[in-house]
Amino acid sequence: MLQIVWHGRGGQGAFTAARLLGAAYALGGMKENGRTDGGEPEKYALAFPSFGPERRGAPMRAFTKLSDVLIHDRSEIARADFVVFLDETLYAGERDALVAGPDDYAIAEKFRLPVINTIMLGRLAKKIDMPAEHIAQGIRLVMPGRMHEKNMLAVREAMK
Amino acid sequence: MAVTAKNISRNEFFLGHKACAGCGASLAVRIALKTLGERAVATLPAGCMSAVGFNFPQLAFANNAIISTFAGTASMMTGIAAGLRRRGEKDVAVVGFAGDGGTADIGIQALSGAIDRNDDILYICYDNEAYMNTGIQKSSLTPFGAATTTTPAGRNIRGNPGKKKNMFAIVAAHGIPYAATASVGYILDYARKVEKAARIRGTKYIHVLAPCPTGWGYDVADTVEIAREAVDCGLWPLQEFEAGEFRLNRKPGNIAGVKDYLKRQGRFRHLTDADMERIAKPEGDR
Amino acid sequence: MSRQFISGNDAFALGILLAKPAVISAYPITPQTTVVERLSEYVESGELDAEFIHVESEHSALSCAIGASAAGVRTFTATSSQGLLYMAECLPYAAGGRYPIVMMNANRAIALPWNIYGDQSDSLSQLACGWIQAYAEDAQEALDFALMSYYIAEHPQVAVPFMVNLDGFHITHTYEIVDVPTREQADAFLPPYETENRIDFARPKNMAFSAGPGHNKIFRRNHHKAMLRSSEVIVECESRFAEFFGRRYSGLVDAYKTDDAEFVLVTLGSVAGLARDAADELRGQGAKAGVLRLRYMRPFPEEAIRKALAGAKAVAVLEKDISPGKGGAVFAEVSGVCESVRLNAIGGLGGEDISKESLRSVFAMLAEGKEGELWL
Repeated sequence: MLQIVWHGRGGQGAFTAARLLGAAYALGGMKENGRTDGGEPEKYALAFPSFGPERRGAPMRAFTKLSDVLIHDRSEIARADFVVFLDETLYAGERDALVAGPDDYAIAEKFRLPVINTIMLGRLAKKIDMPAEHIAQGIRLVMPGRMHEKNMLAVREAMK
Repeated sequence: MAVTAKNISRNEFFLGHKACAGCGASLAVRIALKTLGERAVATLPAGCMSAVGFNFPQLAFANNAIISTFAGTASMMTGIAAGLRRRGEKDVAVVGFAGDGGTADIGIQALSGAIDRNDDILYICYDNEAYMNTGIQKSSLTPFGAATTTTPAGRNIRGNPGKKKNMFAIVAAHGIPYAATASVGYILDYARKVEKAARIRGTKYIHVLAPCPTGWGYDVADTVEIAREAVDCGLWPLQEFEAGEFRLNRKPGNIAGVKDYLKRQGRFRHLTDADMERIAKPEGDR
Repeated sequence: MSRQFISGNDAFALGILLAKPAVISAYPITPQTTVVERLSEYVESGELDAEFIHVESEHSALSCAIGASAAGVRTFTATSSQGLLYMAECLPYAAGGRYPIVMMNANRAIALPWNIYGDQSDSLSQLACGWIQAYAEDAQEALDFALMSYYIAEHPQVAVPFMVNLDGFHITHTYEIVDVPTREQADAFLPPYETENRIDFARPKNMAFSAGPGHNKIFRRNHHKAMLRSSEVIVECESRFAEFFGRRYSGLVDAYKTDDAEFVLVTLGSVAGLARDAADELRGQGAKAGVLRLRYMRPFPEEAIRKALAGAKAVAVLEKDISPGKGGAVFAEVSGVCESVRLNAIGGLGGEDISKESLRSVFAMLAEGKEGELWL
């Protein structure tokens, strides 16, 4: 099982990134509309936010668990395989992590994205060898249509 | 066609119940159902009328009728109206009969919600000015000075120290399509208001004064007379609120009659002249 | 069928969309809220042809649902925690009137202390209210319960309202893979609601009446019998469900390796999967462990529990509630059926995560012969 913790502030899209990753992993290999023909490999994912009263701007976390078998542990992740910070001000340098930086904001500016969540997702995808097309599928399944194209382009750029 | 004594339906929809002799509330239910006819669906919360009308296997309603929770008259009516609409039932009158406590105390939240949504229901409050079903306890519609079992008249306190909540104004303040006050003493005025309300879409509220010989302390034959006096002396004006306008239906003909009205009821027996003056003043405590 | 990555609440809302209630009345409360948001969107978009009634309280939510059900239409409401307690008066009312309303309850702790997270204190405090009570393990089962609940509740042999419980956050707000049936499949599975227990202008009725001493027990006994009969309808419904959707459920309980188990953990809801993982690990080390998940608390699975626990040496009950002065409500009920029940593990209160390690420790204590109460 691969476990990812996302750190961000309310409004930065950390939980959306957590969901996108889960959807990309579990459904990325499927046909566009999510229809199944039973021939796909079994892929499972869980994604959930820290269930607190956090409001816009407050530090929050989100979690993604990826596995080839059904995931039963719905607890928060205690030992993550990867940690992603969507806001560098939350990062205290305590361990290896993917931390938002100038390059990420530059990509966001280029594609006129208000937040860098899909860009950080792209960076993570590269690290865990997830195909860009699977992330694109996740974006198609989770995000509203008008956000598809620029986010897919940003992901591809981040994965370069 | 306006309801008159001659043309009112001879059908009875509320009969064989166990209400007290001289019960004003049962008269209000009976006349409203005669006016609305067999397509009325009656909702009654806990209270006198449900207690006397729904004892299995003695069920006293000839039309569809249901008991609601005490607090849930209006919300259950909302559900009934929605369900019947979904069944394609048309020309239906979803009518509720709740007492003063069921309306102004425990049921006011659900009533406010229904008016806010403008649900197509007719809510009738039969006001006998106390919790009569449980044995004459004070409600927020018990008038100033009235003795009840929870506001006994003694040496220290002379009956209810509070005043009667103005439900008519509260309901009108919601911007309800139609609201009216009525009295079983002016039964045709009441029947006409029920008939009018049934023709209006949205929420309708009729507040009918329904004297209770048991709780008020007067002779069982005098219910209608007492209910007329309440109107005539100006304590219970007959009014309507329609399309944002208030209208007084009947000019009180006997303003001087307040004391007589109070004196003939056991619940006011202990009042002093000063108390009665206080009630009789134009903006007096009521 | 389409496979989606959605939350338990989303899944449940999709199940309700497929079940096509005519009237929905609900009041928002965390963590139920997203269900009613989704349903509002379906009504707005026209995907769901229902009336969504914005009631001003949970009491009115259920009171309104009772009215709509009494008018003879399929009805839905949803709540959680304080909301369930606020509508408590209406719970036995809906059940005694035999109105087959379906309600989703997002299991959440009850105040005080205030807590928005998931435990099962809310629904387990209402076991006697006359509703069928089911507990989902994941989002897929939640969606499937949404469809099956109407079939069971509306069955003429049952006619009892149905409460589907989803662990707050651990199911309601956790995104996972769910297979969503098509509209055609759902329509074929679930027949339209027909009843004679409704307002009828051809044959007017007095409903929700009083029944004094003597008559009262007849109505109560009929209700009890209908509840007991629902066990058979649940089994019938599940085999029909398997025919239509290919997923097979196991009746009132879900027994995992209990046949030869010496030590069994009885639990309910979303923690059961992790308990099975713990049992498998222990089996790897030679201990014969099993897990019994109660899918239903009402009707109470007395026979199924007795059968599943017949060979067990020692049994623990793990539950997310406490009845102060007694212990866990589930423990008390299961103890009445099986003599080997030794240990009452109280865990997950106020939403605390339950770890696999603590589940292993429950099994370990059973093996050591420990008895009584264990606070995780």
